[in-house]
Amino acid sequence: MADTDRDLVLQTAALARLQLDEREAQHLGPQFEAILRQFRQLEGVDVGDAEPTTGATGVRDVLRADEVRPSLEPGVVLANAPHRVGDFYAVPKTVGGPD
Amino acid sequence: MSAEFERDGTAWISASTGTRWVPVIGLEVHAQLATQSKLFCACEVRFGAPPNTLTCPICTGQPGTLPVLNATAVELAVRVALAVGAEVAAESKFDRKNYFYCDIPKNFQISQFDRPYCTGGGIQLPSGRFVRLTRIHIEEDAGKAIHDRGDETLVDLNRAGVALIESVSEADMESPEEAVEYLEALKEIIRYVGAGEADMEKGQLRCDVNVSVRPQGEPWRTKVEIKNLNSFRNAREALEYEIPRQIEAYESGDETRFPRQETRLFDVRAGVTRTMRSKEGASDYRYFAEPDLPPLALSESFVERQRGLLCELPEARRRRYREELGLSEYDARVLTAVREVADWFEAAARLSGRPKETANWIANDVLGGLADPKIEATSIDELPLKPFDLAELIALVAEGTLHSTGAREVMGEMLRTGAAPRALVAERGLEQVEDEGRLEVWCREALEGREQVVADVRAGRIKALGAAVGPVMKASAGKANPRRVREILLRIIGEDE
Amino acid sequence: MSVAAAPDATALRASILTGERSCAQVVDGALAAIEARDGELSAFLSVEREAARERAARLDERHAAGETCGPLFGVPVAIKANMCMEGVVTSCGSRMLANYRAPYTATFVQRLLDAGAIVVGVTNMDEFAMGSSSENSAFGPTHNPWDVARAPGGSSSGSAAAVAAHMVPLALGSDTGGSVRQPAALCGVHGFKPTYGRISRYGLIAFGSSLDQVGPLARSVRDLERVLGVLSGHDPLDSTSLPLPPVEPERPEHPERLDGLRLGVPAEYLGDDLDDGVRRSVEAALECLVELGCERVDIDLPHTLHAIPTYYVVATAEASSNLARFDGVGFGARGEGDGSLQGMFSATRDAAFGDEVKRRILLGTFVLSEGYHDAWYGRALRVRTLLRRDFEHAFEEVDVICGPTSPTTAFPLGERVDDPLAMYRSDRLTVPTSLAGLPALSLPCGLAADEGGAPLPVGLQVIGPALADARVLRVAAAFEASTDHHERSPEGAGSER
Ligand SMILES: [Mg+2]
Ligand SMILES: [Zn+2]
Repeated sequence: MADTDRDLVLQTAALARLQLDEREAQHLGPQFEAILRQFRQLEGVDVGDAEPTTGATGVRDVLRADEVRPSLEPGVVLANAPHRVGDFYAVPKTVGGPD
Repeated sequence: MSAEFERDGTAWISASTGTRWVPVIGLEVHAQLATQSKLFCACEVRFGAPPNTLTCPICTGQPGTLPVLNATAVELAVRVALAVGAEVAAESKFDRKNYFYCDIPKNFQISQFDRPYCTGGGIQLPSGRFVRLTRIHIEEDAGKAIHDRGDETLVDLNRAGVALIESVSEADMESPEEAVEYLEALKEIIRYVGAGEADMEKGQLRCDVNVSVRPQGEPWRTKVEIKNLNSFRNAREALEYEIPRQIEAYESGDETRFPRQETRLFDVRAGVTRTMRSKEGASDYRYFAEPDLPPLALSESFVERQRGLLCELPEARRRRYREELGLSEYDARVLTAVREVADWFEAAARLSGRPKETANWIANDVLGGLADPKIEATSIDELPLKPFDLAELIALVAEGTLHSTGAREVMGEMLRTGAAPRALVAERGLEQVEDEGRLEVWCREALEGREQVVADVRAGRIKALGAAVGPVMKASAGKANPRRVREILLRIIGEDE
Repeated sequence: MSVAAAPDATALRASILTGERSCAQVVDGALAAIEARDGELSAFLSVEREAARERAARLDERHAAGETCGPLFGVPVAIKANMCMEGVVTSCGSRMLANYRAPYTATFVQRLLDAGAIVVGVTNMDEFAMGSSSENSAFGPTHNPWDVARAPGGSSSGSAAAVAAHMVPLALGSDTGGSVRQPAALCGVHGFKPTYGRISRYGLIAFGSSLDQVGPLARSVRDLERVLGVLSGHDPLDSTSLPLPPVEPERPEHPERLDGLRLGVPAEYLGDDLDDGVRRSVEAALECLVELGCERVDIDLPHTLHAIPTYYVVATAEASSNLARFDGVGFGARGEGDGSLQGMFSATRDAAFGDEVKRRILLGTFVLSEGYHDAWYGRALRVRTLLRRDFEHAFEEVDVICGPTSPTTAFPLGERVDDPLAMYRSDRLTVPTSLAGLPALSLPCGLAADEGGAPLPVGLQVIGPALADARVLRVAAAFEASTDHHERSPEGAGSER
């Protein structure tokens, strides 16, 4: 695998929050590259005026009335949380917001 | 830092080089829509509830759940669009904005990317500047991450999924003051059309600022984004820090210091902006069409129905109040600050036919009643006093039935009880005495033994008449019409001459 | 191989209503069959013994009390591990959700329950429905009841195996690119993927949202029809759910005949890459359909060869976003990492996702990322349109399309694990219909012996235009009525009876 491919894999993994270890990078990298090589056949398709298909139905304008229904008890939703403090989800300290 | 600059209009003149630097400012404002339930689920929208009590499988992003769009959110968003003269798209769609953070449970935010529900339009600022809008889109809010409690970050998802609109302006503003004017105007519009409360204290209005500087007349330079501005003051202070910072960086001549494309955070306590991330580390949001939501195709009748619910906007009202009703700028501002007050004023002014008096009564007495803790009303519509009653009161004064002192007293009672003014005046015997015979008797009594007054008046010193008016008013227990009393006194003095 | 005498769901329900069996007996029978066979097959991830027995007892009481009995009254059903049922572990075959108990119930599961079905257990699957062999399950593979050294197909592996081995008459699977039809073909049972939008996805843990569709696996066409009537119909909780009533079966005058029906046979589905045994069985099936009155029309679906890359780009893009929520915050597994929030996200995902899931997340993230989005994802969406048009054109000439479901019979476990591209190609005859959102059904059409090996089932795929679900079922029913392929079962099936 060329270095650029490897970089691409690692860069994509970082974006996807997958920290591939050396074994995985070795293993997944070439497979990823092979898949992309194969899928490049799409480049050769004459798509003409074809609009993108983003949904499989022709449904439009699905709206619901603005009505409040009871929320769940915090315990129910939080029951699956791997870590909590009181009725909060708790995560490692972070500052500065998303990046 | 700002000591080295002199400001002239929108220009910042450098003391060292004399260069006239002009800021270029654009704003992205997130405003919460006044829906009962969240954008995609039926959880209640409420500020200040205990943590994670307003959540369900959908807004906590439980696997397998799906969003369904709130109709009211769309209606309110469309009303804002129409109010700013934007074009509502015949078809728009929702997209996923993907990024990882602890306050968005799905790790993507449902937003609108390349086909927002509206584009264009703009806002007229009081300063005279017209700020164009690029677009407005509908999106869901994130939850709240709390960093200052204990050694972990705590997450409350009550706010996750609340309906927002994000308004993106063109970079048409050139000063911190204009930025604040824009924010105030936008807030006013949102409140006016009933789309939201836009209360910054409650986080219902939040803004990001894009700012660059350039020597006057030169092309635009690199812009910097400042996030985390949750009050008008923060927005102004951040700009007042950031503008000279950028100018100084350019004037230093040191290219390594030149502003680069980056996101900065405003540190409220220190009053400075700090780098949060540079362009190189910028997020890649991997937008794509939300497959769980069909496109939104708003019919013309839907849009027209919303247009029908719009009212005249504050800036237009103020202009009309000044130009057509002859009100002062100050009164026009006081009356238009809240839509209900303006509507109330217009109703009362139409009934009374005397807009200036109506404005005075509202500014001096009625709004004061709202502040009175003894009167239980949080908005003008809840007052016991109705526009019709104020118009009646004004008519009573105008026709001379009620003296201004009496009118004040009546107003106090009307505010508390909502009683009709005519009934109150009668009940308290406050009508002015108009009976010529009785007035003349009192006047003649008052002149008796006051030869000096008579002499002074005859000598042209009309002011002296006051010494006789007083006793008449006293004799009538304040019910005599002082204007009539003066007329009668003058007639009697003239007759006897 | 043996000929099955075990009743299908329709017959079971009828025998309960006549009092021949009780719900309790039926459930005990299913539990005994699971007990007897599942040690070897690993079709189930969990068996809800107590809950199922209790429910059976309650249903018997209700029946005794004369209450009306739903269309699936007393029928034991297995659901796939990506289907939410409150309080039940919904692991998706992943370490990530090994302990996740859904806090809500999927609409389609609720409809099953409302129809009187008894959920007896949760079936094994390729992790997050990504795979065609069950080998991607974090909990070990399911074995094909016809030959335990072979794969049952996937990703609804456990559901297909459970029905094939007569553990349950009915199971639910989900089909994103063939995950109901391909395992149905490889296990010799019936599997149906309805038109996209027919069955609510609310409560189905998403893989590729614009493709995912719940589908039943059964041993007769009438059972598929029955369960489709229960599951289909609009759900306000799924915005992509079609605003249509449940599917009504066609009731032709001569259900055993297909006179005048134009049967499209795409050249692309009968290429050189088919196993000989598959080709022979499918050709025989096509002849049989002609004998039933169909007119065979050779058609072209020219973009078929692009279906695999198109599908894998679209499905993985959606999956990369759908699976972003598994980050260690709200639910599921959690890793440690370097002590930072983003480090925790990565550590969690790295430890809890299997290789294939990572591969697909990587691919999906890549095709959406800046600089590649248009060339990959954008392009795939356009090719998807071309694939859809292929079918639209074909259906101008024909009423249904038939061909093989899978190019091969069940392949040995381990054969394709290290060759993802070979594994992806297993789906090449099922993904085109998924991309087009069309109804497609796989039913047994013969047995093919591998050289020297045991006979293995072959599936015939019947494809209809959008919304023609009932037509597809009718064609399948006529074929089924004229052959006995569906009556063949693997050795040991239903050994409890
Ligand atoms: Mg935004
Ligand atoms: Zn909710």
